[in-house]
Amino acid sequence: MLFRSKYNERDRGACGLFGWMSRKGRRQNGEGVIEAIANMHERGNGLGGGFAAYGIYPEWRDHYCFHVMYGNEEAKDRTEDLLGQRFEVAHQEEIPHQPHPAITNEPLLWRYFLNSRSLAEGVDTQEYVVSAVMDINAGIHEACVFSSGKNMGAFKAVGYPEDVGKFFMLDQYEAYIWTAHARFPTNSQAWWGGAHPFCLLDFSVVHNGEISSYGINRRYLETFGYKCTLFTDTEVMVYLFDLLVRKHRLPLEVACDVLAAPFWKDIDAEVDEEQKALRTALRQVYASAMVNGPFAIILGFGNGMLGLNDRIKLRPMVAAENGDELYISSEEAAIHVLCAEPERVWMPKAGQPVVGYLEDGA
Amino acid sequence: MRQSLVPRRFIQVIDYEKCQRCKRCVQACGFRALSFEGRVQPDAEQECVACHYCVAHCPEEAITIIDNPLEYRPHDSWTSDIIMQTTRQAETAGVLLSGMGNDRPWGVLWDRLCLDACQVTNPPIDPLREPMELRTYLGRKPDAVEIKVGPEGKPVLATQMPPQLRLDTPVIFAPMSFGSISLNAQKSLAMAARELGTYWSTGEGGLHPDLYEYADRAIIQCASGRFGVHEDYLKAGAAVEIKIGQGAKPGIGGHLPGAKVTAAIAETRGIPEGSDALSPAPHHDIYSIEDLRQLIYALKEATEYRVPVSVKIAAVHNVAAIASGIVRAGADIVYIDGFRGGTGAATTVIRNNLGIPIEIAIAAVDQRLREEGIRNQASLIAAGSIRNSADLTKALTLGADAVAVGTAALIALGCHLCQQCHTGNCSWGICTQRPELVRRLDPAWGAERVANLIRGWTEELKEILGALGVNAVESLRGSRDRLRAVGLDDKTREILDVKAAGE
Repeated sequence: MLFRSKYNERDRGACGLFGWMSRKGRRQNGEGVIEAIANMHERGNGLGGGFAAYGIYPEWRDHYCFHVMYGNEEAKDRTEDLLGQRFEVAHQEEIPHQPHPAITNEPLLWRYFLNSRSLAEGVDTQEYVVSAVMDINAGIHEACVFSSGKNMGAFKAVGYPEDVGKFFMLDQYEAYIWTAHARFPTNSQAWWGGAHPFCLLDFSVVHNGEISSYGINRRYLETFGYKCTLFTDTEVMVYLFDLLVRKHRLPLEVACDVLAAPFWKDIDAEVDEEQKALRTALRQVYASAMVNGPFAIILGFGNGMLGLNDRIKLRPMVAAENGDELYISSEEAAIHVLCAEPERVWMPKAGQPVVGYLEDGA
Repeated sequence: MRQSLVPRRFIQVIDYEKCQRCKRCVQACGFRALSFEGRVQPDAEQECVACHYCVAHCPEEAITIIDNPLEYRPHDSWTSDIIMQTTRQAETAGVLLSGMGNDRPWGVLWDRLCLDACQVTNPPIDPLREPMELRTYLGRKPDAVEIKVGPEGKPVLATQMPPQLRLDTPVIFAPMSFGSISLNAQKSLAMAARELGTYWSTGEGGLHPDLYEYADRAIIQCASGRFGVHEDYLKAGAAVEIKIGQGAKPGIGGHLPGAKVTAAIAETRGIPEGSDALSPAPHHDIYSIEDLRQLIYALKEATEYRVPVSVKIAAVHNVAAIASGIVRAGADIVYIDGFRGGTGAATTVIRNNLGIPIEIAIAAVDQRLREEGIRNQASLIAAGSIRNSADLTKALTLGADAVAVGTAALIALGCHLCQQCHTGNCSWGICTQRPELVRRLDPAWGAERVANLIRGWTEELKEILGALGVNAVESLRGSRDRLRAVGLDDKTREILDVKAAGE
């Protein structure tokens, strides 16, 4: 039981979040983001820290990169059998890490750069990858795919994020988007799989909050074939983005209208009849996808980064811009660690997404 | 002199010190169970049913109704109820009839389920300070919303949304026909539905001309007797419902005796005055699921696809598979009526023994539709003894989109659950067609009381949602991890998909 929670129950907690991106696609190493999240040390309690980084594998940019943790060799063998059957494994290696006194009980940490085998006509490649992730996470005990996108990866562990960052030697990676998470779970059980970020394909989510609608969000996702295996709120957030944006092809901002749905009184007051019809239909059709309860999240998605609060803003989130840089953080102080005087600092309103996209050609 | 060997169930006790001999009670009793011979006394032949109308209307508070203290010799299997039933049947050779819902001690699963509440990690929300949304739409929902790019690059809705019923609170009124209840009772519900922003249902007795003005809040029923069904009727309502079955009497039809078929009922139902109104057990054009599909689409055609079509069934053993078939047959709403649901008249043995509880049924149906990926294709209404806002909330949490209430609404109108609806003697003017009794129920008064009740439930539901830390009812709907069970066996919990308290 190296990284599965002893309790078959959902984790909940409070946390610190930080995100940085360069709209021009300028890459920087992980030292800065480690320093920024360390500034919010008090928001975590050492039971989980993690990072997502985009742009880190340019030499493998066209391959799906699976970051996988294993509790034992058998899980690794079984997973590699499955990967070998379903993919061409272009390259595989241990995820580099160095001993750190605060990081213990480490699982086996491996990454695989994968090409899907030639698929039958009509089979969607991304769907194929998602089902492999689901099959491993739900079907192979002691194996956990914790990121599965292209040219991106997640790094997470039980510990404070600054220690986790050093453990994974994040100063060795260059990324144009970094997100970071300090965890403070109320469930005292700490397990590696439960640390943030949670990822699927290019989506990564770091999350502060508790999803009070978790039960129905999970049951809704299950009707679309998602298997919620990690018993955390955050997992459903990732899958909801995957469902709405990838499968249902909703624009990201529209998906945010589903997750942090506007109130009926505001929809009723909308003068633009077309927008009113759209928002009404979204609430009717996606009632079970509304994420209710306190949350602040930072979503990484390949060509950008998005911050979103719940519909009445029960968790802190501040944003800042400086030149081509976008910052999103639980606390403003952490932004100042990297940028003494940003050009603009603001408190995003409840349910209003903050989105940064890579510039064309970046 | 009483003819029956069955002892009186209740005894009226008159306090002669207080009684002023005004005889109001003698007139008041719809069952003629009080007479006056020098003083008020229990009638020699007619029996008190404990409807309490006389008690509530005696100006001197001089009347008390008590259980007959006469006890049969105790016996665990031959209880006094069973001995009385046996004796009565020996006297009449008929089937025994009852009104209202199953009164046997099956247990109420709602009372074994606890709701969650927020502490520390997620804050509760104060419904007096924050918006708390209960708006509910019943009807078919597409799998996904399609978007196209509109003017100025704005996203615009490309999906054609199917018709929806908008409820301001997730409670509708259960179908109760004009015939089973009085016109004034129906009108009370219709007025309350308009007041509350919800819907009432015609039941299978057609729509009386006086109630067409409330038709926009009405669910129009089409049942096996086809009473009062014509084009204007179908087109008048907000939705159409095919009644297959009723929780109190699954598998059997209905019978409104000719004595109750007054001129107004005859006109509304389209039958001769004084003739028996018999609803067959099956619809004679529905002997299979594909036949049901034809009727669903015939009704959609008749209403030009402008209103949702609902199918109402009783909760029976195979309810999940049946509901799945109904959704695939094209129903937009499935109404499931549990075996504690009320009735104007049912065979007692059927009322008390056929069907399954709504708690189990709604959980099984919601889960089955999810497993089949068709849960969005129809809304679910749970009914069959939803007694208060706790039952309402738990029904939603198990997966119902809304509940329907019949008995609770009748109690708001004065009903004391004497279970004598089938006799047509309702002193309260609810389940009777006797004009002198119907007159007692003022629809404006009734509507206000029914609306008060549902407003109270609505406020309580908001309080519960706030305690659960969600500000929209859809975030609780189907969220079964907010329930825990106390004292339920593992299999029942597995079907309800609810953990034990402490898990």
